[in-house]
Amino acid sequence: MTAKVRYEDVEIGTKVPDQEFAVQRVDLLRYCGACSDFTATHWNERIAKSVGLPDVIAHGTFTIAEAVRIITDWVGDPGALVEYSVRRFTRPVVVPDDDIGARLVVSGVVEETLDGRRVVVRLTARSGEHEVMSGARAVVQLA
Amino acid sequence: MALNHDFVGRTHGPTSVYEVSREKIRDYALATGDQHPVYLDPEAARELGYPDVIAPPSFAVMLFFRFGGWPLYDPAFGKKKEPVCVHRAQRTTHRRPIVAGDRLVQTTTVDDMRTLGEHEQWEMTHEISTEHGEHVCTVVNTIISRGIAEADGG
Repeated sequence: MTAKVRYEDVEIGTKVPDQEFAVQRVDLLRYCGACSDFTATHWNERIAKSVGLPDVIAHGTFTIAEAVRIITDWVGDPGALVEYSVRRFTRPVVVPDDDIGARLVVSGVVEETLDGRRVVVRLTARSGEHEVMSGARAVVQLA
Repeated sequence: MALNHDFVGRTHGPTSVYEVSREKIRDYALATGDQHPVYLDPEAARELGYPDVIAPPSFAVMLFFRFGGWPLYDPAFGKKKEPVCVHRAQRTTHRRPIVAGDRLVQTTTVDDMRTLGEHEQWEMTHEISTEHGEHVCTVVNTIISRGIAEADGG
């Protein structure tokens, strides 16, 4: 494991670079196939609406995959991400059937330093006006 | 019909082997839009000290979709096909990354079940290890079945 960020170069409050991800229907279809989760709310507007959702929504696991991406890009070695958690998916990432889809903006800030050259990063993800997850944290092994 | 809370504490597994392939890792990484070479190129992975390409951290959930849904298929659990489930929470802890060529098994325990108004939720812990018992990662997830707690079940 060879993170390119050194523990000495980070302190509480250090920001992890933001990233913005575009999420279109085709991305959800590809993710359905890749992880074998064909739950209909991720591809079928009729069924999504029948259970009270505004439209097709992204998988929670897809949102996690994008959220932790800012960590793995930051440290360079994805193996340095030792733990990640989301206490609650607060709002769905709604993906309309158009050429734009949804936007997911992910931010991170170091909120705690741990023994063993590890840090805790608090992650936030917004789609449109709304935070889509709460209590999201990543534990990262730095160099 | 409410779900059967007698499932709390029940364990399933170890499962049959899930063999991690380079191509599945590639499919999964590209499906998330990530082209980090450590997922795609064995040489790049070796430069970072891994024996082969590694899987993205979120790949661990693949074993949930392959094996972890077992209560849903047990009629005694009480989950009908409708309504659909939604994902409420997740925590994943890695001892090491998943690597191409890994032969993984998963053991899943139902930790908790509770009723939240009209919804039902349950939490499961999935221990993922190699077939020889080396622990690789642990996934804890919480699932909600919307609006079934007070339904008459038909």
